[in-house]
Amino acid sequence: MSVSETYVRYRQTLSEEPLAIGVLLVALWMAWSLASGLLSGGIQVSSLASLIWDGLLRGLIIGLAGIGLSMTYSILNFANFAHGDYLTTGAFAGMATSYLVAGIGENSVGALLLVGAGGSVFGGALGIGVTTAPLAVVLGALLAGIATIALALVIDRFVYRPIRGESGIALLITSIGVAFALRYLLQFVFGAGVRGTTAAGSVPRVNVPAIDGTFRVTAHDISLVVVAAGLMLGVHLLLQRTKLGKAMRAMSDNEDLARITGIPTERVIRTTWIVGAGLTGVAGYMFVLWKGTLGFNDGWLLLLLVFAAVILGGIGSIYGAIGGGIIIGLTASVSVVWIPSEFGRAAAFLVMIVILLFKPEGIFAGRTTA
Amino acid sequence: MSASDVRARFRGLFERDVTLVLAVLGALYVAYILAGVVFGYGLRGQLNSIANLTFYIGVFGMLALALNLHWGYTGLFNIGIVGFMGIGIYVTALVSKPPVAEGGAAQVGGFGLPLVVGVVAGVVAAGLFGLLVALPALRLRADYLAIVTVAFSEIVRFTMMSRTFQTFTVPDTIDLWLFTIDPTADTVGLGGGGGLILNYTDPLEALLRTLFLWEPYLGFVAVVERTLIPNNPKPVIDGLAYGVLLLIGVGLFYLLLSRTGKSPFGRVLKAIREDEDVANALGKDTDRFKLTAFVLGAALMGLGGILWYSSRGSITPPSFRPNITFFIWIALIIGGSGSNTGSFLGGAIFAGVLYEGPRYFKNLVQAAFDLGDAPRNFGEAMAGFASLDPMPFILYTLDSVSQLRLVIMGVVLIWLMHNRPEGLLGHRKETASSVDLARPGSDGPTGNPAAADGGENQ
Repeated sequence: MSVSETYVRYRQTLSEEPLAIGVLLVALWMAWSLASGLLSGGIQVSSLASLIWDGLLRGLIIGLAGIGLSMTYSILNFANFAHGDYLTTGAFAGMATSYLVAGIGENSVGALLLVGAGGSVFGGALGIGVTTAPLAVVLGALLAGIATIALALVIDRFVYRPIRGESGIALLITSIGVAFALRYLLQFVFGAGVRGTTAAGSVPRVNVPAIDGTFRVTAHDISLVVVAAGLMLGVHLLLQRTKLGKAMRAMSDNEDLARITGIPTERVIRTTWIVGAGLTGVAGYMFVLWKGTLGFNDGWLLLLLVFAAVILGGIGSIYGAIGGGIIIGLTASVSVVWIPSEFGRAAAFLVMIVILLFKPEGIFAGRTTA
Repeated sequence: MSASDVRARFRGLFERDVTLVLAVLGALYVAYILAGVVFGYGLRGQLNSIANLTFYIGVFGMLALALNLHWGYTGLFNIGIVGFMGIGIYVTALVSKPPVAEGGAAQVGGFGLPLVVGVVAGVVAAGLFGLLVALPALRLRADYLAIVTVAFSEIVRFTMMSRTFQTFTVPDTIDLWLFTIDPTADTVGLGGGGGLILNYTDPLEALLRTLFLWEPYLGFVAVVERTLIPNNPKPVIDGLAYGVLLLIGVGLFYLLLSRTGKSPFGRVLKAIREDEDVANALGKDTDRFKLTAFVLGAALMGLGGILWYSSRGSITPPSFRPNITFFIWIALIIGGSGSNTGSFLGGAIFAGVLYEGPRYFKNLVQAAFDLGDAPRNFGEAMAGFASLDPMPFILYTLDSVSQLRLVIMGVVLIWLMHNRPEGLLGHRKETASSVDLARPGSDGPTGNPAAADGGENQ
């Protein structure tokens, strides 16, 4: 392509896409204000690094939660609005286990199982933390996954399976009903209060030097990275090396055709729920372990960000979900450099809306794995 | 139109809608009055309870009707309703609140314009934001539109809560090229997390004053004070009058929407719902139609929000969480999307049974039995089972009724989607054609009972 052709093409794009120009201008302004802020010392490199680290961790949680959502979205063909409450369920189940393991003997079993509802037991006093109570944390993460899998299978059996043939929108509306029922049942059992769950003071931390200061990395940050990376690799292998992955791809392409080919579609759907819900439950637990507080609304508040990540990455792609999650997490955290901190989440939604407008199939589309 | 024609039409209407609506409303009111009798309410208590019920029937009916224009007629999956409601009432407050200097306790003032101007501004603003959302979003798939609209409503809520927009100082004079504006406002803003105190003229009073009915109204209140309710009956009567006002509003919404639905414009909307490509192929600029319908619906949602919150003393951002949106969706699905009468009935049933009902049930049980204090948490509630005593659990359940009603709503929604996705009157979903497509001999319109899918799977 000659230079003049390229030039003409760009001119066409510019005149046809006023929105694209807007986005471009905003991007240029952001780059300029960041550069000038860094040069003049208005923005410290260390605080920027700290924001990026925070955004990355947030992104890993969103991505981990997003894999499950993305899988069910592409195979069952509906946006599951109850997914956020699956996260919360996992977090509560896992934390109840951790409390029980860490505090049995000294406290009443009921108070431990209710994750200290009404201030009866405190996570800090039990010393919940990856270094202070490693067994409790490992068992908690396991139980979080198992409980969420059980929940997802039960809900699928009684709620989604009877209306499997309905449209995506009918299923979406049903999932809103599931979300309501689940969220407020959790509130009914565990109470409305937000509780601290970890011994935040005794988590080991190191200050990583950046150019003009340091930023903090805790043991919970590291464990989140390890768990997220491990699970993502596991899912990658599962979907690439086994027949299951192939069957899932076939089903998300065309379910009828898949069934005719002899793929046991119901079994694939069940496996999808198992893998997706397991990841979701662990993500919920790691999220709560990392941020140190737990409330019945946590998953719901995260859900829209997870949706943003999944759409950003392209529905059905696990790499898309992870990549989208990291982009969304970084946006929500780092955007406070340019805008007031109240609008971090709003900025993430805005990124999602912009992607939907320009590339509704997502930025990683075409590389679907599940 | 001859007299017999009118009578026939009247009878036809009576057989179908009016009786149904009156029967449902009558049943709801009778149930509430009976509950009031059990509680031992006096006249004041009964009237308060009726006013409260009427208020929620009014607002849910109105908003379900507005949503029906989006979903039932056009098939637009909007789950950002509460955002438009919030924009409506916040703009109204901003325009009509008096400046801080005159406003008493309020920290944030407004422009001090008459309430009518504020309401119009609120509705227009909601419509404009509808345009802002719809312009890019309408070309998206239904489920993407859903996510974009709910994200939009959350952005609206973050904006309300943000410190950035909490207060602005308005300069004493604004110089514009040829002339100078001298605004009365001093400090305006969205109030941040603390919300706004709505210290403008009471909306009921403002309306009655415009209609020159305020003096007669006060006279009526005085009569009631002498005869029926001895001390300070005004708040009770205000509540009832506002309820009546809302029901009139519902009637106007209904007229507007059923006229819209029957117009050529409405037929195109229904055609878009059934199959957008076909409507496009027939030469209709479907994007324009969808845009207009979305903006109109958003403006009506703004009005609904204004009528809901304007008579409250204050507004705070937590009132505008997505839950309200889903309440309105449940109301619409109960009633049956696609039918205006159904939308109103759904709103009324939702308000009377699911929204307010559980609370009444709890009060009823507590009035009937003398039950002592409820346990503070689930653990204490379950502890009773150790000694085979279910009472603590029952008490805890009753005490948590405000959470459990949301569980009930969720279960009802699931049940409806399984067993009756078309709702109460969804089988009467209007078809896109202007002539009756019913086969001669069969009764009622043809077509499959349309599922609540907006024609997505066709």
